[in-house]
Amino acid sequence: MLREGQIRIPSGCAVAGVIDRLGRRFSGEVIIRSIAAMRDRSNGLGGGFAAYGIYPHYSQWYALHIFYDHHGAKVDCEQYLKQHFEIADQSPIPTRHMQEITDSPLIWRYFVNPIPARLYRCGMDQREYVARSVLAVNRQIDGAYVFSSGKNMGIFKGVGYPEDIARFYRLEEYEGYCFTAHGRYPTNTPGWWGGAHPFGLLDYSVVHNGEISSYDTNRRTIEMYGYSCTLQTDTEVIAYIVDYLHRAKGLTFDEIAQVLAPPFWQAIEEMPPEKRECAAYLRSTFASLLVNGPFSIIVGFSGGLLALNDRLKLRSMVVGEKGDVVYFASEEAAIRVVEPEPDRVWAPKGGEPVIVAQAGGTER
Amino acid sequence: MNLIYPEFEVARNTERCTKCGICVKQCPNGVHALKVDPTTGEQKLAADDSRCVDCQRCVVFCPVRALKIVKSGNVYRENAYWAQKTINEIHLQAEHSGVLLSSMGSPEPYPVYFDRILLNASQVTNPPIDPLREPMETRVSLGAKPKTIERDPAGRIVNNLGPQIELSLPVMFSAMSYGSISLNAHESLARAAEELGIMYNAGEGGLHESLYKYGRNTIVQVASGRFGVHPDYLNCGAAIEIKMGQGAKPGIGGHLPGTKIGADISRTRMIPEGTDAISPAPHHDIYSIEDLRQLVFSLKEATDYQKPVIVKIAAVHNAAAIASGIARSGADIIAIDGFRGGTGAAPTRIRDHVGIPIELALASVDQRLREEGIRDSVSLVVGGGIRSSADVVKAVALGADSVYIGTAALVALGCRLCRNCHAGRCAWGIATQDPELVKRLNPNTGYKRLVNLVRGWQHEIQEMMGGMGINAIESLRGNRLMLRGIGLNERELEILGIKHAGE
Amino acid sequence: MRIVADNLDSMKLNQRIRKASGSVLIDRCFGQRYIGSGSKDKKITIYGTPGNALGSYLDGATIIVHGNGQDMIGDTMNSGEIVIHGNAGDGLGYAMRGGMIFVRGSAGCRAGIHMKQYQDQKPALVIGGKAGSFLGEYMAGGMIIVLGLGIEDAPVGDFTGTGMHGGCIYIRTNRELAGLPAQVHSEIAAWEDKQEILPLLLRFGAHFGCDGRALADDRYYLLKPNTARPYAQLYTKN
Repeated sequence: MLREGQIRIPSGCAVAGVIDRLGRRFSGEVIIRSIAAMRDRSNGLGGGFAAYGIYPHYSQWYALHIFYDHHGAKVDCEQYLKQHFEIADQSPIPTRHMQEITDSPLIWRYFVNPIPARLYRCGMDQREYVARSVLAVNRQIDGAYVFSSGKNMGIFKGVGYPEDIARFYRLEEYEGYCFTAHGRYPTNTPGWWGGAHPFGLLDYSVVHNGEISSYDTNRRTIEMYGYSCTLQTDTEVIAYIVDYLHRAKGLTFDEIAQVLAPPFWQAIEEMPPEKRECAAYLRSTFASLLVNGPFSIIVGFSGGLLALNDRLKLRSMVVGEKGDVVYFASEEAAIRVVEPEPDRVWAPKGGEPVIVAQAGGTER
Repeated sequence: MNLIYPEFEVARNTERCTKCGICVKQCPNGVHALKVDPTTGEQKLAADDSRCVDCQRCVVFCPVRALKIVKSGNVYRENAYWAQKTINEIHLQAEHSGVLLSSMGSPEPYPVYFDRILLNASQVTNPPIDPLREPMETRVSLGAKPKTIERDPAGRIVNNLGPQIELSLPVMFSAMSYGSISLNAHESLARAAEELGIMYNAGEGGLHESLYKYGRNTIVQVASGRFGVHPDYLNCGAAIEIKMGQGAKPGIGGHLPGTKIGADISRTRMIPEGTDAISPAPHHDIYSIEDLRQLVFSLKEATDYQKPVIVKIAAVHNAAAIASGIARSGADIIAIDGFRGGTGAAPTRIRDHVGIPIELALASVDQRLREEGIRDSVSLVVGGGIRSSADVVKAVALGADSVYIGTAALVALGCRLCRNCHAGRCAWGIATQDPELVKRLNPNTGYKRLVNLVRGWQHEIQEMMGGMGINAIESLRGNRLMLRGIGLNERELEILGIKHAGE
Repeated sequence: MRIVADNLDSMKLNQRIRKASGSVLIDRCFGQRYIGSGSKDKKITIYGTPGNALGSYLDGATIIVHGNGQDMIGDTMNSGEIVIHGNAGDGLGYAMRGGMIFVRGSAGCRAGIHMKQYQDQKPALVIGGKAGSFLGEYMAGGMIIVLGLGIEDAPVGDFTGTGMHGGCIYIRTNRELAGLPAQVHSEIAAWEDKQEILPLLLRFGAHFGCDGRALADDRYYLLKPNTARPYAQLYTKN
């Protein structure tokens, strides 16, 4: 059977997220319980988490999480890493033996920074250098797959139900200010850990529910800018779009939301002039990055979250607020199970972004 | 003496025929004649089959349906290699010498790739969308997209988007000059474009003064002959197209015979009456790609950078590399015309043997521009054989921003594709300058028929988009996963960038 | 207004010219293109070497160049006047349908190509020195004069007037003109013919300080098309 990346597998899903606006850290237990409440939306073929603020001791280092299919891949990859990076620490990611989780690859973690002389020679900025190196490993080194590459954050994912994956990675032992989660319902057996969500590049992570119909338009466009969509998943292409628009084009997350799910032309025509000009500009300029078809996504970034539905609201998304903590989930129950008495619960309209950003986050 | 037996026969049902004589009046070629039998003194309708071009005018206008045109049953001895048509063409040239001249797109049985491509629809994992009750956007804007986002000191995005063409759906009427078609045909196209919120292209023959008021929906063309090109003309249109080539006759220029240059056309083209209007294949200021850049920018200068510039080429073998060059030469839009494209007159051999199908040219151009990372700096418009809304959807999914339709628009105006435009005796008032024939095309009905056609297509496009779960046409552009080939070989699939049905 | 152009690109220079009214003097011009494109009512004087497509679509303005011009001067010019106190490059007066162009020196290939006249608009192109090959190709109207001043040989290149189907070409020379294409009819201009060009010769003289009237006394070839429809017999209806 072809594995993820060799074939495109549509899938449905559950998503969840939680963030503390003040940056207070809390245990991963919360997100595990939240996503577990939506077990019916997954089928045991993929689960994962993104956790922000979990590596305070290495906050100035890029944390690379890497799957190795075999020892040879690790040897090749580490040779590449040594050539390109200073490595502050390297070790297997701690896991727990679980009956439910089988066939796990070798899972390693490295805290790295570009070798300054090399960085200087190639004339890129640091983040571009790291992003390109990650894409290069994933494209070139057979059996190695970098699935997390941000600073002070990490993605944990695999094949299984999300709550089982969480226990496997001992996620409850981590403390962060923000978590997102994903339970997958693919229409086919990927059988490969890299195919699970979240998908991330640098500190951007995406969990996504739905199957987009604009996939090939989006893919062929983003690949023009140097990305290669090796997984053929919607989540991967959305993550690259976010990275491109935020890092390369300098759009704000609000503007990014308008690119991914722009207002209808009729709504644009009815806007006041200045707003109309900007909306029309973004829509015309980034027409091929419009994400069409049903989706609900939660995009994580340093210091914040962006939640967004497609324009027709074809997928579910509920937001709850309690003090300075904001919860997101595909179903309200998944919020109530961890916060029975939220101050406010609402379902954002299609195409209406909910952006939660801490002061001092990377939101521009 | 004509050495060739007529291709068609007029079949008249004498039981139905009332000898009303309408066929006599309607036929511009003098096929029908009311004759008196010298012996009986009885009136009788006779037909000279040799003049018939099968334009169907008499058939449509016969009030009692007494007429039909049938293929002549006369056959040469069967020969799989020497077709009857081939033999007849040799006779024609042996008799008259000269270059064989034909009209409209090639009728030859080359593969039609549009017919070997099937569309996708959503089932279960992703919902189809109901186009009648949910928003379904077909609007597109054509023009270069900015490379960088600029902000003012307050952080607001600066609108650095260059001039664009806005279309309510990705269909435009392709370039047909006043001269090759009649003023009434032009007016029909212009009014339809205005009502539909799309563009028509005035072609290379200048713009008649009565049509300046449709400027917002007009693309004005500049060809090598520069007919009717002056500052007011350039500034009147919504965009300027430089015609480098035409799908029906790549590498061949335009030539409107002096016999068609009457007072009105002379005024529009700004040349004297009765002289030939020659626009040779090359622009003699463009012998290389950097020269194209010069013409593009001279037009931009003349219009103060307010108009997008389109460069139109014929689909030829090296189209991808040429398009890449054009994209870097300051053009905002590239138009590619496939070898099925129509024409008012073209040498038969050129029309039928030069150029490539638009589907393949489009696929390779779109892919090449993406590989070079410059797809955003131009829009892509394709024409030359778009017959239906399904062709439009397939073209967009292959990578086009919009299509041009020419032949389909003329058919909407009455054309039956008899392919005799070059004779200038169009029975439907389209490809003629004879005032009596031109009158037959009433712009009031002509424009409505065009509007009906395009509105119908728009609904169909929306239905197909909805089925695919797409509610904005920009998400269809270049979305080749929505396409599957049927009966195509590996190489064809590779060029088209699509999978085979079942994959 | 005076613009020192050596640090301006084409776009910036032309923006400044468009904004100016009345007379504009451009100094230190080095190859900036499209100067005066579409201009209606200005007088533009240029010192230096203006770039290609000078005065394209010119619509009434006057352009004077003290120096040599490059290619495509007066492309699709509608009306106005261009005076070059030097040589001109290829494609001079491409498709011009009105106005006048005077070149003191010589012109490159394909001068006057596609020149056409229309109603009372009758373009004129006067070249003081010699013209390159394909002079007046596809010419459909207007008047071209080649004076051959200081030129010993025939002052035109090969294929003069090929495809010509309107207008006329005057060539001042004492040599024989050989090898003209079949579409061109040539004869020695009679006195009456020369009266037709006298105003242009006088204007040439006034621009460049020579005796225009005296030029009219010399020997000219007058080239006209053989027929208005050179290729009418080419096609067979299929």
